[in-house]
Amino acid sequence: MSELALAWSNVILILAVVFSFAALLSWIERRLLGVWQDRYGPNRVGPFGLLQIVADAIKLLAKEDWVPPFAEKTLFVLAPVIIAITALLAFAVVPVAPGIGVVDLNIGLLFFLAMSSLGVYSIVLGGWASNNKYSLLGGFRAAAQMLSYEVFMGLSLMGVVMLAGSFNLRDIVAAQEDLWFCIPQILGFITFTVAGIAEARRLPFDLPEAENELVAGFHTEYSSMKFGLFFIGEYVGVILISAMMVTLFFGGWLGPLLPPLMWFLLKTFIVIGFFILLRASLPRPRYDQLMAYGWKVMLPLTLVNLLVTGAIVLAWES
Amino acid sequence: MWNSLKTMWTIFLHMFRRRVTIQYPDEKPVIPPRWRGRIILSRDPDGEERCVACYLCAAACPVDCIALQATEDEYGRRYPSFFRINFSRCIFCGYCEEACPTDAIQLTPDFEMGEYDRKNLVYEKEDLLIDGTGKYPGYNFYRMAGLAIKGKDKGDAEDEAPPVDLHRLLP
Repeated sequence: MSELALAWSNVILILAVVFSFAALLSWIERRLLGVWQDRYGPNRVGPFGLLQIVADAIKLLAKEDWVPPFAEKTLFVLAPVIIAITALLAFAVVPVAPGIGVVDLNIGLLFFLAMSSLGVYSIVLGGWASNNKYSLLGGFRAAAQMLSYEVFMGLSLMGVVMLAGSFNLRDIVAAQEDLWFCIPQILGFITFTVAGIAEARRLPFDLPEAENELVAGFHTEYSSMKFGLFFIGEYVGVILISAMMVTLFFGGWLGPLLPPLMWFLLKTFIVIGFFILLRASLPRPRYDQLMAYGWKVMLPLTLVNLLVTGAIVLAWES
Repeated sequence: MWNSLKTMWTIFLHMFRRRVTIQYPDEKPVIPPRWRGRIILSRDPDGEERCVACYLCAAACPVDCIALQATEDEYGRRYPSFFRINFSRCIFCGYCEEACPTDAIQLTPDFEMGEYDRKNLVYEKEDLLIDGTGKYPGYNFYRMAGLAIKGKDKGDAEDEAPPVDLHRLLP
């Protein structure tokens, strides 16, 4: 009974923390972008502008929930639900700290990859169901981008799996006791970062929503809380990718002095800050550049990484 | 790649720069005196209205936001019987000020004209007219013009010779 209660409290706690952090991230991101652009960012509602989140939430909920008459209604409504569900489901396998985490799957890494791939459906369906040329273009771009970056995202992690000898995320963290994998797996780390940014559709690779050319890309027709779900989904995705980067390459909860939970949160926050810095500084590449970069640079790099890691692991064992 | 990292580092260092934001309601911005803001009608140094209701401002206005009606007092001095500026249309281009021959209409550095009701943005003459002379303190049109008005006959204006009597035969 107490075990069940513990599991439930874990689930609810993680859900609550992820949701509130995703909401908080909209404020953090705007503040940080402001700071890096010599401005202040939202600082008027409440202390340090913290209540801006509440104001935004009220605004989103109070807006008209509009489904365009030309849209494919079922899919239109379904699309934002999918992204929120997949992003949150992937959180189930994230090992936050010893004893904190929803499930301890022995194929945790594969589960994460599967869930992040399923998230593409949301965007493609949303773009298609909107029946709008900009949405459709955004959906196409998302499909192509996610598929090509998914390929080497999975491959870039195989080096980590080889070194740790397990798909279980807790085992992977435990294997980094002596040395974080960002050093022996530097190539894997770089390629995973790039793939992660593309997966989360963050700024250098946000071609699916490219405001300047596609209005808002796949969510052009969305309003109110449906847009809110896309929004939350994106931020949850950012947190997820950051948490996975911390887990796989920066030793998860490992660290001296501070309690494991603090270490995990601290590292995740630093990675999120890095993501926001990317948004503040880098321009968006052209679409063909993005595809060429993925297939011609990143995929060969991951393959080289895979070969070298495999050879070293083999030589080490024999 | 190296370029991108350098860019990111530069942007990161901007964290420690001075903010350029002026936190407006708490901290007022410095407005230059030639700022084109709320439009006023000024008075001449004698305290009379400068406007002679010539309609040039209304003609110059590209958005037709100025409406007025000319009239005369019993001594022949022209003035507008009403003068109305619809600030919900006004684009603050300042053409009215350029067109005005008597320096009556002027733009001021005030820009805080927010209203909840659109109708409140229609300013009548009593809203527009100020007590002072605005930007041009010394100028007094009727003291220079040759027109006879109350308190000043023909020939009494500044730098004006008395009128010639056309019926006199002497040179």
